[in-house]
Amino acid sequence: MSDQKDQTIDITVDFSGGLEILFSNQKHHALSVPAQDAQGKPANVGFLINYLCQTLMTDPRADLFVLGGELRPGILCLINDSDWELEEEDAYVLQPGDNILFISTLHGG
Amino acid sequence: MQNGGASSDQNGSISSVPRDTSRPLTEEELDRYSRQMIVPGMGKEAQLRLINAKVLIIGAGGLGCPAAQYIAGAGIGTIGIVDGDTVERSNLHRQVGHSTSRIGQSKVSSLITHLRGLNPLPTYVAHTTHITPLNAADLISQYDLILDCTDNPATRYLISDVCVLLCKPLVSAASVQTSGQIIVLNCPPTPQGQLDGGPYPPCYRCCFKKPPPANAQLSCGEAGILGPVVGLMGVAQAGEAIKILASALHIPTTTTTTSPPAQGVPRAPVVEPTLLLYSYSLTSFLSPFTFRALKMAPRKKNCFACGEGSKQRLTLEGVKNGEPNYEFFCGLGGGGPEKGVLSEEERITPREFVESVQGKDGNGKGKKYVVLDTREKEHFSFGSIEGAVNLPFGKLLSKAAQFKRSGETPKVGDILPPEIKVHDGDGDEDIPIYVVCRRGLDSQEAVEKLKEMGLDKGGSRKIVDIAGGMKAWKEQVDPSFPYL
Repeated sequence: MSDQKDQTIDITVDFSGGLEILFSNQKHHALSVPAQDAQGKPANVGFLINYLCQTLMTDPRADLFVLGGELRPGILCLINDSDWELEEEDAYVLQPGDNILFISTLHGG
Repeated sequence: MQNGGASSDQNGSISSVPRDTSRPLTEEELDRYSRQMIVPGMGKEAQLRLINAKVLIIGAGGLGCPAAQYIAGAGIGTIGIVDGDTVERSNLHRQVGHSTSRIGQSKVSSLITHLRGLNPLPTYVAHTTHITPLNAADLISQYDLILDCTDNPATRYLISDVCVLLCKPLVSAASVQTSGQIIVLNCPPTPQGQLDGGPYPPCYRCCFKKPPPANAQLSCGEAGILGPVVGLMGVAQAGEAIKILASALHIPTTTTTTSPPAQGVPRAPVVEPTLLLYSYSLTSFLSPFTFRALKMAPRKKNCFACGEGSKQRLTLEGVKNGEPNYEFFCGLGGGGPEKGVLSEEERITPREFVESVQGKDGNGKGKKYVVLDTREKEHFSFGSIEGAVNLPFGKLLSKAAQFKRSGETPKVGDILPPEIKVHDGDGDEDIPIYVVCRRGLDSQEAVEKLKEMGLDKGGSRKIVDIAGGMKAWKEQVDPSFPYL
């Protein structure tokens, strides 16, 4: 119980469809993220999105990723290759080894 | 060729399914399609389904060209093509169904010329127009399966909505830069609002509920596109179309209407909705590409177009009358605030710049001004204003944000590329900075950012936007400038 605060979870995060420009132009990131949020609740995807904005995003145009406190319209979040709507969306609790993929929907052709 | 049981459906159009799959193949058909017909799962019946099928390809561009080639090659009997554009030279690196000799021709007639050379047997139908809310239902109702090969979100939502309303399967793909996506939607086609006994296949709105804001929509013209990336997606669309038609998945599931399932046609299984994502990096040859098959959710109960109560929200009548308003929905309403944030003194036209700045100060020794070009380095690599230095807009914003966080006031040398030696405090006067971008929007924001950071030193240094960017430069100063 005592050290839970300092524990981390190893996950991978991928960006695609142009979102990578916000994250130092890198599509794949191996991360150790806090296992708990500030309130001591297990870290979920909603927490991760905030965490990415604060720690991993190098481009200040955060509104290209988060808009009005939510994932920007036109971005899909996939948890281990499944649409997060098949999981619990942002309430999904991160597990070690998870892959979280953010893709911007494309329209060109 | 369209022999056999064509029948009229409730929309009054000719329903193409089921059609006769018992006739013998002609000698030419036997020969032409022999290699694909012997593939396990194909055979004569499947080939006749292809021959009897009508496919509508909307968009004769980077997706539509490769898709159409394989659709035609496979012997789909009726192929409609919708596009209102003409062939341009800048299309040809990826739109491989056109040709240099057909620049200026309508894309539809150009592509059909190419397809006839490949396979003269299908019936090709030219729809030389853009798809609009007014004509969408008339176009789509004539076909069994639709390929969305268009290039903008408003059209994508329109096509999907009408496919839901007319119970047509849709193969949708999109691509920009080095990424591509493809997904099969509304297949097997399921009547609007049907949810009991599901799960049923999703529509475009189930998967992509809201379009991105207009400033986040990347077009191929603006952001660029690699030919093989969009080509692969188009080819994959043809592959999905052939699979769907050969296995009769385009035939609607048991509907709420009275018509019994067609005889001899197997009940279609529910397709697992899958979004295929293709992506690669031009700069990392160690990981040349990724293909990812992503599992998507089925039809959504609360979907605007196909969910509960959708019959009251979305109708063919409504679409025709401008409801929903697709342009508005996708943020293209035209009411967006045009950026004109700078005052007159903060802007200069390219011509004025040449006459009053370059002419006066440009030929002395030592730099009397700095030109900062905020385009991406790829654009910059083709040239810029003489002596300009490159700092892409995104990088400028990142640097600005860094300084804002740290609370420090940067010096010019902290922001501008190191090759510029104009450090403050080394005796140099406050030489002005002229900012230029591609079309004159980013540069205005850049001017503001530079001032925010205090680089104008309370007004003693001029920071000026070159109005209209390199586009205006080409128009006003140097017609031979390689503007991309």
